[in-house]
Amino acid sequence: MKLLTHNMLTSHVKGVTKGYPLLIKATAVKVNEVEFNPQFVSRMIPKLEWGVLVQAADWLGQREDLPAELVSDYEKNDDFLKKVHRVLLEVEVIEGCLQCPESGREFPISKGIPNMLLNEDEV
Amino acid sequence: MDSSVENSVKAVRRSKEEKKVLRKQLKASHTLLKHEGINTAAQPTKNLVVANGGLGNGVSREELSAALKEMGEVEMLIMPPHKPYAFVTYRSEESARKAHIHLNGQKLQCEENSVTLYLSYVDSVTYEEGASVTLPEGLVLVQDFVSPEEEALILSSVDWSSTVDSVTAQKALKHRRVKHYGFEFRYDNNNVDKDKPLPAGIPEECLPMLEQCVRNGHINVMPDQLTVNQYEAGQGIPPHVDTHSAFEDTILSLSLGAKTVMEFRHPDGRAVAVVLPSRSLLVMKGESRYLWTHGITPRKFDMVPACDPQSPAYKPDLGTHSNLTLSKRGTRTSFTFRKIRYEPCGCAFPSACDSQGAPSAPLPTQPSPPTLPSCHADATRLEEEYVHRVYDSIASHFSSTRHSPWPRVCHFLSSLPPGSLLADVGCGNGKYLGVNPELIAVGCDRSSALVQICAERDFHVFVSDALSVPLPTASCDACISIAVIHHFSTQERRLAAVRELVRLLKPGGRGLIYVWAYEQEYNKQKSKYLKDHNKEHDGKCSPTKYTSDDCQEPHETSSIPDHHKPTDNQQDVNTVTDSKLSVHTNRTAFNTQDLLVPWHLKEGKKQVEKESGDSEKKIKRKEMSKKISSDSCSGLNPKTDPCPVLDPIISSSDSKPSPKADVTQTSSSALNSELVNSPAPVFHRYYHVFQQGELEQLCGQVAGVKVQSSYHDQGNWCVILEKA
Repeated sequence: MKLLTHNMLTSHVKGVTKGYPLLIKATAVKVNEVEFNPQFVSRMIPKLEWGVLVQAADWLGQREDLPAELVSDYEKNDDFLKKVHRVLLEVEVIEGCLQCPESGREFPISKGIPNMLLNEDEV
Repeated sequence: MDSSVENSVKAVRRSKEEKKVLRKQLKASHTLLKHEGINTAAQPTKNLVVANGGLGNGVSREELSAALKEMGEVEMLIMPPHKPYAFVTYRSEESARKAHIHLNGQKLQCEENSVTLYLSYVDSVTYEEGASVTLPEGLVLVQDFVSPEEEALILSSVDWSSTVDSVTAQKALKHRRVKHYGFEFRYDNNNVDKDKPLPAGIPEECLPMLEQCVRNGHINVMPDQLTVNQYEAGQGIPPHVDTHSAFEDTILSLSLGAKTVMEFRHPDGRAVAVVLPSRSLLVMKGESRYLWTHGITPRKFDMVPACDPQSPAYKPDLGTHSNLTLSKRGTRTSFTFRKIRYEPCGCAFPSACDSQGAPSAPLPTQPSPPTLPSCHADATRLEEEYVHRVYDSIASHFSSTRHSPWPRVCHFLSSLPPGSLLADVGCGNGKYLGVNPELIAVGCDRSSALVQICAERDFHVFVSDALSVPLPTASCDACISIAVIHHFSTQERRLAAVRELVRLLKPGGRGLIYVWAYEQEYNKQKSKYLKDHNKEHDGKCSPTKYTSDDCQEPHETSSIPDHHKPTDNQQDVNTVTDSKLSVHTNRTAFNTQDLLVPWHLKEGKKQVEKESGDSEKKIKRKEMSKKISSDSCSGLNPKTDPCPVLDPIISSSDSKPSPKADVTQTSSSALNSELVNSPAPVFHRYYHVFQQGELEQLCGQVAGVKVQSSYHDQGNWCVILEKA
């Protein structure tokens, strides 16, 4: 699971009203090199919950010097875009789980894939 | 359907609504003409065809009749079996006109779902009743053989209170309760222990009616063995012939309690469904006893004649009836009286006679295909068994046949602005996730094996159900659902799937839905799915059905046992009672909307390629290169460029031997695991194929979204939605 995916996922357990963001409990994290596309990253940034991305990177010990606040004029700031690129697309949680902040329900991550299936009684 | 109907018709939102109804009505009448040869009339008449108001749509006679009667006196209501429409003839043209005005486009709430009715005038009701089906030779049904008092008395003679009882050899079978008197019938060898009579003989409450049988000549001698079966709604008995060597010729069966439908099948494929009313006596002799199998399909509803069984017109065989309705099953108790045979059978039907060398068991019990679900729990079970597990089992092979994105889906994806957030719900192997690299695409699928394949391709994916997607409401610029919603087994769940997709969309966001079409031929064009069938016939594919493995979906499935197959076809053609899901013959037109589609898992690929010959491979290569050159989808004309490979069409592609070849263990389904020992494992996926207009109608039920456009694309119905 890349942090881009994490930035979008929410808990959908029945009755939960604040299922976002999911807590990350990682046991295996990998950083892969992915081709950098500054335009793609800068288009992605407005779609993100910035605070959640920073927090997620923090949990995984991958924040480095990513600023807490989104910088202005990032479109032209390749340095900044590279950092975003790294946490969004290169950092990957391989094993662990995601936890619903409200219900505590854990969703396992195995081989890099979050399993968000619910049981009958949770839907 | 009363005042509220009138209100809504008079209401302000006239033009748009009306246009929509008119459009749909027009579509419905086109469909009727095309598929059923029904000509609708422009001018009002007394007769109307009610599209969607048919037994085939789960509408019962009572429900439809109630709505129609509101509009005037109904002279005749014909509901042809299995059809999604009905015909009504009113006493007066005025009533018909009223019905046309008030019911057209209206929803009819039925027990299981709701349907939208579309009415058109017809000049005359031309529904032709099927050729008269005669009862099997030697079969006699006697109505009202016992009185209600005798019925009560006979029923009271059976004590079901203990669960196991050695005096009457009571057993709780999987599908029914059973008790034996006189002799125990053993289900292990399908015979009786003739030397071991049971302590309890035939109850004396039964003797008067048996004496009556002897007097009337239904049977020559008093029976000495009785088997009592009790069936709850939804239970049945597999088709069988009573073992010849165990019992003499005549078999008597008294039906008490609720009525049911018994199916008789001849080895040549003929099938006759016979209604067994309460308190009737069935006498099986000769061919009907020795050669025809008889059985009761486990289900909760039967299609039965709507007319009064007492009336002289009543015909027990259902093949001749056009005025049927749905009848809910209740508890039925049958008393089967037989005479033990002590000499070998010398009947005229050696092929079915164990005394004359035929296998001793009656026809082996076939694992019964599942029935259409009648409740939520059934639906999830069916989908688990016949969708989720199958995809997990065939994932690798499936993925290898799904390399070519469909052009018009690509076209949709390419039309989205760069940086749009796309959710592919039911992404399969992810073939659409990379089509437009300028999109931020995430995918999910119910099958973790398929999601694994996506992850290996470095897509952003997670495992989730399409009815509950873990993404925030209004988070996506676009959503696609390609070949997914047809796997949901109830209308309610299909609707929920659309609703969930729409939930994900931002206002102004667009969704694309593809489902498999019932109409595989559209505008006189056969879909590729059908065309490939011809190719298989004409081309190098071996016509010898049991060795031809070169087509992934051989037209004759090799793994469904031979005697099982014609039975299935027969169910669709001749009988009018079956709600059991039929197994589709690959690459043929659909004859029902809910069905099981076989997937022939490919294991040994090399040999196959050799057999399949060059012509096919060349085509494949051409398609592959076309695919590669058009990967970006730019400059692709969806009109002239047919989809190379259509899902759920299975091409005989460059599939690799599946690493999970030995997957038959993973499915516990009777139908799926039946094939454990067959050379090519076959899996059955459940589909609900959509009729024209059905997808639009489904989407029309979701608030806050409008159908921007809809089209038919190579055997699929497709809509583009826009969220308000």
